[in-house]
Amino acid sequence: MATTVSTKIDQTPGVRPTSAHRHPGGSGRNWLGGTAGWIWLLIVMVPIYWIVITSFKTQANYYATNPLQPPGSPTLDNYQLVIENDFIQYFINSAIVTAGTIIPAVVISFMAAFAIVRGNSWFLTGVNGMFLMGLAIPLQATIIPVYLIIIKLKLYDSLLAIILPSIAFAIPLSVLVLTNFIRDVPKELFESMRVDGASEWATLWNLAFPLTRPALVTVSIYNGLAVWNGFLLPLILTQSPGRRTLPLALWTFQGQYGINVPAILASVVLTTLPILILYAIGRRQLLSGLTAGFSK
Amino acid sequence: MTTVAPTTLPAPSRTGVTNKTGGTGSVTWMALPAVFFFIAFGVIPLIGVLALSFTQWDGIGDIHWAGLDSWRTTLNNPGLPHALKVTFEIMILSWAVQTPISILLGVFLASHERYRGVLAVLYFIPVLLSSAAIAVAFKALLDPNFGLGTGLHLDFLNQDWLGKDKLALGVVVFIVSWQFIPFHSLIYQGAVRQLPRSMYEAAEIDGAGRVRQFWSITLPQLKYTIVASSTLMLVGSLTFFDIIFVLTAGGPGDATRTLALDMYKTGFQANLMGPASAIAFILVFVGLALALLLRRIGGGGLADSQMEGA
Repeated sequence: MATTVSTKIDQTPGVRPTSAHRHPGGSGRNWLGGTAGWIWLLIVMVPIYWIVITSFKTQANYYATNPLQPPGSPTLDNYQLVIENDFIQYFINSAIVTAGTIIPAVVISFMAAFAIVRGNSWFLTGVNGMFLMGLAIPLQATIIPVYLIIIKLKLYDSLLAIILPSIAFAIPLSVLVLTNFIRDVPKELFESMRVDGASEWATLWNLAFPLTRPALVTVSIYNGLAVWNGFLLPLILTQSPGRRTLPLALWTFQGQYGINVPAILASVVLTTLPILILYAIGRRQLLSGLTAGFSK
Repeated sequence: MTTVAPTTLPAPSRTGVTNKTGGTGSVTWMALPAVFFFIAFGVIPLIGVLALSFTQWDGIGDIHWAGLDSWRTTLNNPGLPHALKVTFEIMILSWAVQTPISILLGVFLASHERYRGVLAVLYFIPVLLSSAAIAVAFKALLDPNFGLGTGLHLDFLNQDWLGKDKLALGVVVFIVSWQFIPFHSLIYQGAVRQLPRSMYEAAEIDGAGRVRQFWSITLPQLKYTIVASSTLMLVGSLTFFDIIFVLTAGGPGDATRTLALDMYKTGFQANLMGPASAIAFILVFVGLALALLLRRIGGGGLADSQMEGA
C-alpha cells in the first residue's frame, strides 16, 4: 500500500494496460468524453494563455491590439516593475512561512501518527478521534479567536503569527494519511527492531521514517501548497507591507497598479512560477500530494 | 498488537527490552507536540468562537461580557438569511456544475492514451494557482472596459460581469469550477482506474454498449467516490473566502456576501467581533451538520473514505 499513492494518480501513459487501450470507462469511442475533454482544454487554456501573453505587452499595446494576439515586441517592463515593488521580499516571506510550517507540521504529525499506530491507550484513541473531528470542521471559521490568541502572544504582524495556526490546521489530515501508511509497515519489522533492543524513538526514525517517505513527501506537498497559496491568515494576522506573503501582495498589487493590467498579470505569473517549476519537475509527486488521503 | 500502557507519560526508554508486550518504552509522548498545537490553535479557538459570541469586542480594546446581545443582533439581522441563501446558492450551483463535468473528465482521463495524458497535465494548472491569483486574473479578464470581451469586440462577452447581482454570482460559480474541477477529475480518474475490468468484459459479452456500461457499471461503482468528492465540494464551499473577497468583496451590494465574507466584514471591517463570532459559530455548525448529513446519505463520508484508503 505504501506505494499506491505515488502510482495511483499516474497520468502518464507509460505503463499500458495489457489489452491495448481498452480500459474501463474510457476507450477511443467515448465521443462525449472526448468532446468535453477538448472543450475543457479550451476553457482552461484560453485564460492562462491570455494571462501569459498580456504580461509581456506594454500598457498602450494592450489597449490597441486584439487581446488574444501575442505581442509583436514582447517587453519585460512589467516584470521589472513587479520585482522592483518588493516582490523578492514577499517571495522570501512566503518561503519562510511555507518551510516554517511544513517542516514542524510534518515532523510532529509523523510522531503523532507513529504513536497512534504503535500505542493503544485511551489517550491515543481520544487523540485520533480529535484529529478526525478536526477534518470535518472548517477551521477558517475559528479565525477570530486565533486572531485574539496571536494578539495576546504579542505575535501580531509577524511571520510566526501565520506559521503557528498553519501548523495546527495542517495536523489533522497529515496525521490521518501518515497513520494509514505506518499501519501498512509489516508488524514483523517492528518486532525485529524490538528484538534488537531498539527504542521506540529509534524505531520511529530508523524504520518508520524511511518506509513512509513517499507519504511524508505527499503530505509535505499538500500542506506546502495550501500554505503557499494561503490568503486568510496573512490577511488577518499581518499588517505591514514587510510581512506580506505572495497572495496578499497580489491583492495589494491589484489595488496599487489599478488599470495597468499587464503589470497585474505579470505579478500573477511571477507568484505562480515557483509552483509551475515544481510541477514541471515532480508532477506525479505533486498530484499525489494534492489528493493526499484520497487515493485508494 | 503492541500494548504500551501509558497512563503516565514516561520518557522514552533507551535501555533495552523493558516492555514485554511491544516496543520498548512508551510512545504516547510522541503525540504530545501535535496535540499541543492542535489544542492551542484548533480546539481552543473553536471553543473561543462560542465564548466570544457572548461578548462585546471591537478587535483592539477590552473584551466585555455581553450575554446574548450578539446573538440577538445576528439572528435579527436580515443580512444573515441573505448570507445563508447566497452561501447555499453558491454551494449547490458549484456542486451541480462541477460534479457531472468532473465525472465526465475523470472517465475520459482514465484511459491510458498518450494525448489524454498530455491534456491532463494542462488541466491541472488551475489547481496550482492560488485563489488570490485566479481572482486577480479573472477580475482583469472580465473587466467591462479593459477585459477580454471588449478587446475581442464580442458583445455577449462584453458584460458588466461583476456589476450585476446574478451575473456576479454566476461568475463566482464559474471560477470556482474552473479552479476545482481538475482536482475532482483527478479523484474520479483514480477511482475509475480501479474498477474491475471483469465487470466491463461481462457487460460486453451481454451486449451492453458504452453508454449502458457507464450508467450501469461506472456510475454505481463510483458511489463512494461521488459521496467523498461531493463532501469536499459542499463543505469546502463554506470556506470560499479568498476568491470572493478578491473578486467582488461580497458585492455588488451584498450579492456575493457569503457567511465567510459576512463573518470577515462584520468582524474585521465593522469591528463587531461578538456578532462575527456568532456568524462563525453558525458556519462551524452548518459545516459539521453538512458533513454528518452527507455521511448518513452516503454511508461513509470523507473521513471514512480516507480511512479505507490512502
